[in-house]
Amino acid sequence: MSQKPFLLAAEGLSKSFDGFKAINDLNFYLDEGELRTVIGPNGAGKTTFLDIITGRTQPDEGTLMWDDSKHDLLKLNEYEIYRLGIGRKFQTPTVYNDHSVTENLILSLAGSRGIWHSLFGKITSGQRDRIAEILTTIKLADHAHRKAGVLAHGQKQWLEIGMLLAQEARLLLVDEPAAGMTDEETYRTGELLLSLAGKHTIVVIEHDMTFVRQISQGRKVTVLHQGHVLCEGPVDKVQADERVIEVYLGRKSKAA
Amino acid sequence: MPTQPFTGRVQLPVLIIAAVFLVVVMPTLNAFGIIENFTLNLWGKYLCYGIMAISIDLLWGYTGLLCLGQALFFTLGGYMMGMHLMLMIGKLGQYKSDLPDFMVFLGHTEIPAFWQPFYSFPFAIAMVFLVPGLLAYIFGYLAFRSRIKGVYFSILTQALTYGMALLFFKNDLLMGGNNGFTDFRTLLGADLRTASTQRILYICTAVLMVAVVAGCKWLTNSRFGLIQRAIRDSENRVLFSGYATANFKLFIFVTSAMIAAFAGALYVPQVGIINPSEMTTEKSLEAVVWVALGGRGTLVGPVVGAISVNALKSWATRAYPDLWVLILGGTFVLIVMFMPKGLVGIPSQIQELITKIRRKTPQADPLPPAISSETADP
Repeated sequence: MSQKPFLLAAEGLSKSFDGFKAINDLNFYLDEGELRTVIGPNGAGKTTFLDIITGRTQPDEGTLMWDDSKHDLLKLNEYEIYRLGIGRKFQTPTVYNDHSVTENLILSLAGSRGIWHSLFGKITSGQRDRIAEILTTIKLADHAHRKAGVLAHGQKQWLEIGMLLAQEARLLLVDEPAAGMTDEETYRTGELLLSLAGKHTIVVIEHDMTFVRQISQGRKVTVLHQGHVLCEGPVDKVQADERVIEVYLGRKSKAA
Repeated sequence: MPTQPFTGRVQLPVLIIAAVFLVVVMPTLNAFGIIENFTLNLWGKYLCYGIMAISIDLLWGYTGLLCLGQALFFTLGGYMMGMHLMLMIGKLGQYKSDLPDFMVFLGHTEIPAFWQPFYSFPFAIAMVFLVPGLLAYIFGYLAFRSRIKGVYFSILTQALTYGMALLFFKNDLLMGGNNGFTDFRTLLGADLRTASTQRILYICTAVLMVAVVAGCKWLTNSRFGLIQRAIRDSENRVLFSGYATANFKLFIFVTSAMIAAFAGALYVPQVGIINPSEMTTEKSLEAVVWVALGGRGTLVGPVVGAISVNALKSWATRAYPDLWVLILGGTFVLIVMFMPKGLVGIPSQIQELITKIRRKTPQADPLPPAISSETADP
């Protein structure tokens, strides 16, 4: 499609756990500014793939390059990868329950991660504005001083997305953002992700096909199966693909 | 159980009154003979324990690192001060030698090279911080880099403490063996056996305590404090938010080792003895109990716990020499069962009780047994 270099390029990735091949010869290329949706049945290796990107898991084989092959992600640890601008929202909402909503965002703000800065660095007015802006975006302005632990499930999901925004990540890895949300909340989450597309590169992992249709809008969808890319393309083409139908057989209600 | 910092729970005026009482009122009353020398000396000891308890809580309550070796750092600080005090005895010892008595006893004729610089008081004070700090740094560096967490970390700190205690029991180390150091005479020219010197030492301890509480309050309210508690609650998330958690843990581990060491250095001239039995694992565990009873995750709680447990112990051993273990043990059990937030949690517990009675709506029991679950999963 384009000649510009890939933001993220995975080639020949494999990872097995006790003989089970979670990821099997996976090739995955991502352009800057893309909003990519990754679907696939349970156990297709979606979350393991995110684990590998974010440094939580080391693959057995393969390469994983970042930003036109400037960085080899496999050589970096979790926080070094984060500092390259790769942020992740976990499948189950992972926020700091004992901290207030604002404090959650403060901890995620872009900037120095050093001890010295944490002791003596002040929050600038620009950062304060940014937090207020994010709170409005994720519709938690009224809950700014409540503890994150008392928020509803959907609100926690939004807070975690807000934390990615505060980070100003180049690549947002969003694992099942709609899980446990009402239809209304799911739709709003979709709107939010769409509004971020272009400004950030986004990878969304999702099961909910209504949601996938909403956010993909003709953009590329990747289907994973048994740790391998089964096919890629617009959502209509993917859903018409015979292999995909076969994989989802018995789960057709979910896929269709 | 996540706990809140003490902001709001213990109001600032109460803290200031307590600080003035400890630093000014108590020594003044002692100078006029209203408080006995013995009592003031005892309180000096309690406050040293209180400072050590804060250093434990900084790790356990705020960062989720249950260190079972804090008495080691406390004692090491005490030993560094003790070395200076031993050399200050000079020819006043039993053997009328420049060498500390135990060295003469072991047949030495010269002061070992590593003892020589301890003639200097500033050097000894520097070592009070550097030796425990360096040990904490090396141990912490290895442990945190290997991502040792939870009970494994606790067990390792306990093993370190045990190993060091065994080492200090040996005469070959030239640190006084199982008798340790005692029979101190002077510190900076002042006679340690006079009431006025002991009063000054008490005041130093009380001032240090106030400084430590104030410093820790600042630390835990900074962004560092936010990160500390985030590590306690969800270390993985912190790692995936770009923080090198190992460095943060190392920083707080070394800091709290130094705080404990400073308290130990003030403890030794007030108690007049230091030996390896102070650095055993039981002592470290005891200090953890003070924190749990006083109120974990607060700064005042550990102090309250350390003072009240030790005061209870002093009283019970004198009043009921046969029963004191039972009294102490029984109190622990009662507090653990009925006061999950510790002694400083009592006001909020009473408040909850009152609102509950007023509402008269039956609610689920909000008090899970704290200690058992917490020590299992620190």
